[in-house]
Amino acid sequence: MPDSAIIIPSVLNGLTTGGLYALVALGLTLIYGVLHIINFAHGALLMLGLYAVYFLNVQFGIDPYVALLIVPPAMFALGYALQRGIIGRASHGRDENILLVTLGLSIIIENLSLYFFRSDTRTVDTPYSFDVVEIFGAFLPYPKVVAFFGALITAALLWLLMSHTDLGRAIRALAKERKGAQLVGINAEHVFAMSFGLGVACLGVAACLLLPSYYVNPQVGGGFVLIAFTIVVLGGMGSFVGALIGGLIIGVVEAMGGLFLGESLGQLGIFLIFILVLIFRPTGLFGAKA
Amino acid sequence: MADTKTTKTNSSGIRRREFLATGAAALAVGVTGFPAVLRAQAAPVKIGLIHPVSGFIAFSGSQCRAGAELAIADINAAGGIKSMGGAMIEAMLADSQGKPDIGAAEVTKMTEAGVHGLVAGYSSAISLATSQEAAKTNTPHVVDVGVSDSIVSRGLSNTFRFGPGYGKVAEMAVANLDTINKAAGSPAKTAMIVHEESLFGTGTAELLSKQLPGIGIEVVDVIKHANPTRDFTNIALQIKSKKPDLIIPANYYNEYVLLARTLRQQKIEAMGIYSVLGGAASNLQFVGEFPEAAEMIMDCNHWYDPKSDVALARRKAAEAAGLVYTYEVFLAYNAVAFLADAIERAGSTDQDAINAAMASSTWDNHGMPYGPTKMVNGQNEGAQPVNTQVQKGEIEVIYPEEFASAETVFPMTM
Amino acid sequence: MTSAQKLLMLIVVFGLIALAPMLITQESLLNIVIMTLYAALLGQAWNILGGYGGQVSFGHAAYFGTGAYAVAVLQVQFGINPWLGLVVGGLAAATVGAFIGFCTFRYGLRGSYFALVTLAFAEVLRILSNSVDFTGAGVGLLIPLERSAANFQFASKEGFFWVIWAMTFAAFLAVWKIGNSRFGAQLMAVRDNEDAARALGVDAFRVKMGAIMLSGFFAGLAGVFYAQYFLYLDPHIAYGAAISVESLLVPIIGGMGTLFGPLLGAAFLHGLSELSRAVIGDAPGISLVLYGVLLVIMVLFVPRGLAGLTSHLRSGRPAQPQSEEGKGHA
Repeated sequence: MPDSAIIIPSVLNGLTTGGLYALVALGLTLIYGVLHIINFAHGALLMLGLYAVYFLNVQFGIDPYVALLIVPPAMFALGYALQRGIIGRASHGRDENILLVTLGLSIIIENLSLYFFRSDTRTVDTPYSFDVVEIFGAFLPYPKVVAFFGALITAALLWLLMSHTDLGRAIRALAKERKGAQLVGINAEHVFAMSFGLGVACLGVAACLLLPSYYVNPQVGGGFVLIAFTIVVLGGMGSFVGALIGGLIIGVVEAMGGLFLGESLGQLGIFLIFILVLIFRPTGLFGAKA
Repeated sequence: MADTKTTKTNSSGIRRREFLATGAAALAVGVTGFPAVLRAQAAPVKIGLIHPVSGFIAFSGSQCRAGAELAIADINAAGGIKSMGGAMIEAMLADSQGKPDIGAAEVTKMTEAGVHGLVAGYSSAISLATSQEAAKTNTPHVVDVGVSDSIVSRGLSNTFRFGPGYGKVAEMAVANLDTINKAAGSPAKTAMIVHEESLFGTGTAELLSKQLPGIGIEVVDVIKHANPTRDFTNIALQIKSKKPDLIIPANYYNEYVLLARTLRQQKIEAMGIYSVLGGAASNLQFVGEFPEAAEMIMDCNHWYDPKSDVALARRKAAEAAGLVYTYEVFLAYNAVAFLADAIERAGSTDQDAINAAMASSTWDNHGMPYGPTKMVNGQNEGAQPVNTQVQKGEIEVIYPEEFASAETVFPMTM
Repeated sequence: MTSAQKLLMLIVVFGLIALAPMLITQESLLNIVIMTLYAALLGQAWNILGGYGGQVSFGHAAYFGTGAYAVAVLQVQFGINPWLGLVVGGLAAATVGAFIGFCTFRYGLRGSYFALVTLAFAEVLRILSNSVDFTGAGVGLLIPLERSAANFQFASKEGFFWVIWAMTFAAFLAVWKIGNSRFGAQLMAVRDNEDAARALGVDAFRVKMGAIMLSGFFAGLAGVFYAQYFLYLDPHIAYGAAISVESLLVPIIGGMGTLFGPLLGAAFLHGLSELSRAVIGDAPGISLVLYGVLLVIMVLFVPRGLAGLTSHLRSGRPAQPQSEEGKGHA
């Protein structure tokens, strides 16, 4: 049995880790909620974002948090182009095709990165890498606390965008009722591409906030994809609040599972939640009714 | 289908091409010095190199390939296989993509293309598959890294491993730990093992758990973690609460880096961090990037003999070619060199002759802390890991004494 | 094509494939044929549930791995002959299918929800097999090398060829039968419109359960074959995403819900993979980039799969959406 003194620090740490996961999931839930795309390339795109942050730091000395001004917009452009140019054209009315095309894209992106960036693991050295914030006796690494708040802010911004801007309204309309939205003049292709772009921009934010406490290599995306899917399902596909809360829950579940079942077996907790939520409450905690 | 690319050019950049070109140029100079140009016309000896240069373990695979290619270049520059009229070694490259089935398929292709010997796998799972496939045609196969002891316990007469398996590593780790502990007055009484969940981590942890009590060290906990593990704080918290004297990690580079960083963040102090096949502990990149986190960490791992001129020269050459000198590089180098030496002694590319030459090899020009080679059932009994410790940003060998380049500092005074 | 014609074509195709060991002397080429048949088997297994049943699965490794581990565990831990292990493996995989099917169909999971949950089940099995002793946990299982036909290990590839040929032929015959039976008609009706099928009196739950068990059975056979061919398993190999991806790539590329789709898909993907490796050579990753690019191009321009393309070429009509089967008569 784990020592009771470490349970609170573990929960707090789980929350900060969950914040990071939520950041990755926010983009995915937007993409799924609006476009109904299961984006297999999500991990590979995160990896590209991480490399962007890395090179900005190593070549130009730009701090990852400053890169927040550069990387998310660049990722937005990339996402827009991918959706407009490739993914949108691939569906031909069949969901399986989207799956295949995003799978193909993830293979291309990962292996091009392997070829150009080589396979070694890179890390950034920032002055605050080893700093900790002390709360309730727990030492929380500074970068993760920043990521936690970053997730909250990003979710809030997304929510604002969706509810208070024309673009947001168009996206919601299109997600709910495609033909009707098109009839009132919404350019579906453009709005879908904007949505995908936004989703990928979220990955850009995630990359900036993740790299100081992690590392990058061509395979790094794979470790986050399943967790992101779990969070999207748990929170409800298309719900930002859901992705946020779902992320926090998963972070804590992972921490508790690790303490009580062992770090390797404890991963089970995440997938059992995934399965149980899908079976008994597939719309997730905050999703719209199916 | 015999069109597997045979080439001296390779994956990663100008540096190695230049290096090989230099080797070739040196060769050309040597040849024009001799009137008997016919010598250089002997048919090339083909050595197949199968490594996971893409996929999950791409870094290790590409390091292995680089080390192997360096060996081939050096041997060719020194005159090739002299007993066969100066035959040059030609590398046949293949990517196993990290999958045993592709590795095995590449072996089949190579044996059909007339390969004379193979150096493969890096990963134990892949090495098991490639050596098995090679056994069907009795093609000589040297395993470069793969530490699973199953590799050499299948009774295959074509399969050899030049480096140690994890059984030997665990045994030496425990023995050396005992020596280190006793030399300091036996302050360490408890240990906690943190290992990765797949073959080498689990296997090593099992052996250590059994053997450590025998030297008076109680294993207070064994933590198995996934690959990849995204966050080590939970594990660090458990270490903190159990307060072991020693922390024993056995994992891959990425996780080791995260663990080391987290231990610092959580302000965990132990008498020693004693890794066994630690992913980053004897890794120059890690030491270079995280000097404070790396300082004083001990490791029982593959390393070269710091007192050997051969080894030092090779390290210099590799670094000049732009490589980080990791274990994959020198283990693969030696696997190739060992095979080439056997071909040299066999004087032919006949498989039985080469396999017999490997089995009876006493090769000792390896720059490793192994002594002369002694093959028993395909395993080099002379192979052993050594204990290293990071001191002032350098990786020093601390045990065995005959190879030591520095004194042990234990307990860690941080 | 009538179903009798399809059966004839199936027999002819597999008859031709059976000539392979006589015509092909190079072991590496025979290996490609073997691995293609193996991929076709996996893909056809997936096709039963995904193509004919309309239930897309992202976690077929769950059945594959179970079959593989069954035969390995029985041999290594209990000394039971692998031929018997073959039967047990198939049945064990079918049982896992029944379990997963029960958990999901009973609660009405469909579409992407179903797909994602199958992914989770495969992961759960991977994590469990990593923690349990009898599967060798992280160390994996090594099946002792003892080449003899009685031991389901063959000295030459030819023996393995016949086994995989037989397994794959059986799977294709099963799918032919599905396309030509009441069960199949009901299954496809459920695929096309579950609610309407129910309204017509089809017991959708039973039909889907039958499909997932059959699908699991054949995927399990593929797992048994893998275990005997390569003799080493670990949780990553058995239950990892690579197998799940391959299982769905093959039939989708080849044509979901068609009889020959998985064979076309397997041949195409393996050919593609060999081609990229041969053309690109050794730069790490580049051959995979080519593979990815060709995949994307395929999806952009040949969306209904290769089988759809061939029917389009043959009949001159636009290819049927989704599948040839079940439109009209079964």
